Amino acid sequence: MQHGKRGPAFWFLGAFFCLFVLFLYGPTLTILILSFQGPSGGLTFPMNGVSVHWFKNLFEKQMVGDFAGSLQRSMILGAATMVVTVIASFSAGLAFRNRFRGSGVIFYLAIASLIVPSILISLGIGLLFRVLGWDPTWYTSAFGAHLTWTLPFGLLIMFAVFNRFDRRYEEAARDLGATSWQTIRHVVVPILLPSLIGVGLFGFTLSYDEFARSLYTAGTFNTLPLEIYGMTTNVTTPVLYALGTVTTGVSFAVIAIALLSVTWLRRRRARHGSDAGKAT
Amino acid sequence: MNRFKVWITYLQVAPLALVFLLFLIVPIATIVVVSFFDYNTTQIIPTFLLQNYEELLLSPVTWRTYQQTIQFAVITWALTLVIGFTVAYFVAFHVRSPTMQTVLFLICTIPFWTSNVIRMISWIPFLGRNGLANTTLMNMGLIQQPLEFLLYSDFAVVLAYVHLYTLFMVVPIFNSMMRIDRSLLEAARDAGASGWQTLWNVILPLCKPGIAIGSIFIVTIVMGDFVTVRMMSGGLSASVGLMMANAMSLLQYPAAAANAVVLLLVVLLIVAAMMRMVDIRKEL
Repeated sequence: MQHGKRGPAFWFLGAFFCLFVLFLYGPTLTILILSFQGPSGGLTFPMNGVSVHWFKNLFEKQMVGDFAGSLQRSMILGAATMVVTVIASFSAGLAFRNRFRGSGVIFYLAIASLIVPSILISLGIGLLFRVLGWDPTWYTSAFGAHLTWTLPFGLLIMFAVFNRFDRRYEEAARDLGATSWQTIRHVVVPILLPSLIGVGLFGFTLSYDEFARSLYTAGTFNTLPLEIYGMTTNVTTPVLYALGTVTTGVSFAVIAIALLSVTWLRRRRARHGSDAGKAT
Repeated sequence: MNRFKVWITYLQVAPLALVFLLFLIVPIATIVVVSFFDYNTTQIIPTFLLQNYEELLLSPVTWRTYQQTIQFAVITWALTLVIGFTVAYFVAFHVRSPTMQTVLFLICTIPFWTSNVIRMISWIPFLGRNGLANTTLMNMGLIQQPLEFLLYSDFAVVLAYVHLYTLFMVVPIFNSMMRIDRSLLEAARDAGASGWQTLWNVILPLCKPGIAIGSIFIVTIVMGDFVTVRMMSGGLSASVGLMMANAMSLLQYPAAAANAVVLLLVVLLIVAAMMRMVDIRKEL
């Protein structure tokens, strides 16, 4: 398997893999193409000319609900979720390196947070706010609901990262007289930066795309996925695809930024060796 | 550990613990409490009743819905397992350069970070009445009438599940595969095992933890889903999540809460059974 010529198994599995990738990306590419339909085009092929008509349509407020507003809310919420996810996961990752009472409970809570169906979290937070007489809003209840989804991913990634982290770097820093804060700031964070960017990517994208956990928690003003869902029931023009193209475009931009910065950090590290401790 | 350090540790874990307390434990507790409340058309009335559970469990609709949801879960689980295992196997054992492995793995994971609702919408041009699938089949002369079952059917629901969630199988299985000591495979070959025998007797057993984690994800997601069912079946299929959402839209909060409690218990039972196969903490 590892040496010599490729056998028939390789080609068969390779073809299977290609089909799988086509299956994953094909539909998205199709709506990307169809979003440039001409003004008289419909939801399916053939294309009736090529235009950006539907993108313009998207930003005219009265036509399709409040797209610009919901996009803005989702971006802010995604960014806030990202920041809190990175900080809370990293900090909890540090704590979990020491044995402390209750660590088991918190670990199982994180697992529970992953496997309890999203709609139950949404329903629970929605009910809680109703019982308390508070109005759910996207920046309070939906924010918390999103964190219950992103934090477990963040925590599990931090576990994996700290399991592979060489504690001798920290000891060396301490031997050279660094305080614990300096050790974290100048040694641990720079070494783990690529993983922290990964956690941030999870935080932003999972929040930006979250539907079920926003459903009963977002309150009066919709986040983007809720807005899109609402549109699917009453919009039957390619403006739906234009919306899909823009939303997916934002996701891809965020993914690209994260992956490029991780690659760049790796390259730089390979060139200079570790620069941990050199920062000023 | 001195006292000061203990406090620091608790302080470090506090934000995480606080989020879980406020947005996981308290809301679930609220659901449990509200599930015993009474309600009329305008409000919920705090009391202690078992009526919500009685109505739920004595209704044949509930049992049919659970049956359909479990059926969706089992079919989706089987398909994602076979597809996910094959994909992970190819990348882990047939791709030789680590860079290429990373690239292919990323190609599989990137859709996870994009919108599920959009990915469901993107099936319309394929499966619709005048979609690509029907047009192609009619042009080839294989069918005379457009196939109606493609969009808005159980078929479309399962297709969407496989499309959206196979990745939850690929990632943990791939992770398990990458930890397999390659000298074991060599040993199997030296001992005369064929490719299939190695796969069946060496690789598959060592992938069990990954398979278990992937299965937990798939089963819990499908059991709790309602948006996929509603969008892809066009309201023709039922699911437990959808039943709950319907109760919510009728403002029957206690009924929805009772439903949620039962669903939670069912899901936890399934997960507990699967957890017996794997120690998750060891897998990181």
